[in-house]
Amino acid sequence: MYARWIREGKLPVNSDWNKDLGVTFTVQDPCQLVRKSLGNPVAEDLRFVVRSVVGDDNFIDMWPNKSNNYCCGGGGGFLQSGYSDERRAYGRIKLDQILHTKADYCIAPCHNCHSQIHDLSEHSGANFPVVHLWTLICLSLGILGENEREYLGDDLKEVGL
Amino acid sequence: MGETTVLAVEPKQSELMKKIKDLLPEGGNLNMCLACGACSSGCPATGMEGMDPRKFVRLALLGQEEVLRSTPWVWMCTMCRRCIHACPMGVDIPQLVYLCRQTWAREDRPKGILGSCEQALNTPGNSAMGASSEDFKFVVEDVLEEVREGQPGQENLVAPIDKQGAYYFLNQNSREPVTEPDEMVPLWKILSLVGADWTYGTKGWAAENYCMFLADDDAWETVVRNKAKAVEDLGCKVWLNTE
Ligand code: SF4
Ligand code: SF4
Repeated sequence: MYARWIREGKLPVNSDWNKDLGVTFTVQDPCQLVRKSLGNPVAEDLRFVVRSVVGDDNFIDMWPNKSNNYCCGGGGGFLQSGYSDERRAYGRIKLDQILHTKADYCIAPCHNCHSQIHDLSEHSGANFPVVHLWTLICLSLGILGENEREYLGDDLKEVGL
Repeated sequence: MGETTVLAVEPKQSELMKKIKDLLPEGGNLNMCLACGACSSGCPATGMEGMDPRKFVRLALLGQEEVLRSTPWVWMCTMCRRCIHACPMGVDIPQLVYLCRQTWAREDRPKGILGSCEQALNTPGNSAMGASSEDFKFVVEDVLEEVREGQPGQENLVAPIDKQGAYYFLNQNSREPVTEPDEMVPLWKILSLVGADWTYGTKGWAAENYCMFLADDDAWETVVRNKAKAVEDLGCKVWLNTE
């Protein structure tokens, strides 16, 4: 949907804000959205949106990805199941995948993924920020308010304020 | 037929085994499993509780119902469907896992998932965190007012609730209104900017549905129906689930 709005010119995002900063991003393909429903086309749209917002050169893909992506471990109720050690062990593959990209940020366009990857990042001590896509879209548009930056790292807390 | 014969075949005819057999026509054909292990090698839950997807399928094939019914591994599979994506025979392991979750007595299922499902059933908004519709409405209006007053250029921002005939019915995960309400704002801004005609609802507004993960079909259906009704009652065209 974001992709359509960008293509239609309704969401005039650009990556100028990141030109000099060069902050790098990777993105999680949510199982729910990609493998389980809309498949690779939506994964391509997701990348189109991310590239438009953070800049082509600042996007680093994980591997494997899209429909063959690994689940983050937050799905199926795992987050609420009480099996926290197992949930983090499950997420180890995802964590390694993200760390391997060496990206500064991970974008998680799904609630479950966001909670899980945020927890993986904190619990492992890797401490990379995990952001929602809507945060970056608004940042790029220069309309992201001061209180809407909870998940941004210090490097981006002031950008466009 | 002698009673002993009946007893002898009983395990294979249990409800679980029947349902597992019913999986066959949908391409979940367990018999077609080649034991190749493609599923297990790509499954992050492999090895937990001494289980992996291939072993799980083999146990089902062998009718090892006791193990299938008792292993907590079914709660560690996220039903992400990566295995079926990799499986040359399209064996539907997550569906098998779901059926096994259903064999657990309701009160033995993980408390967090059970609690979230119960909360959803008990609130008109279906909020797994038990947030009331009044609180939701209050928080949305409060945050909106703050943004309108405090952020230049956002004086006309809207966050409609129960707007009759809006095109989009927007779901909202309970986490934001309950713990981090400011995180709702960026999406409102995006929707405003593109001129989308949208609304929240005081009924069925919560995006999450833990009853599905609980593998409680009836509760799941109740929640989904309530949400669908909320969308219909407002005359909305599209049901929008957020990120
Ligand atoms: S990938 Fe499919 S065929 Fe291979 S072991 Fe797993 S279920 Fe059996
Ligand atoms: S659906 Fe379950 S068994 Fe299959 S890959 Fe995902 S976690 Fe593993």
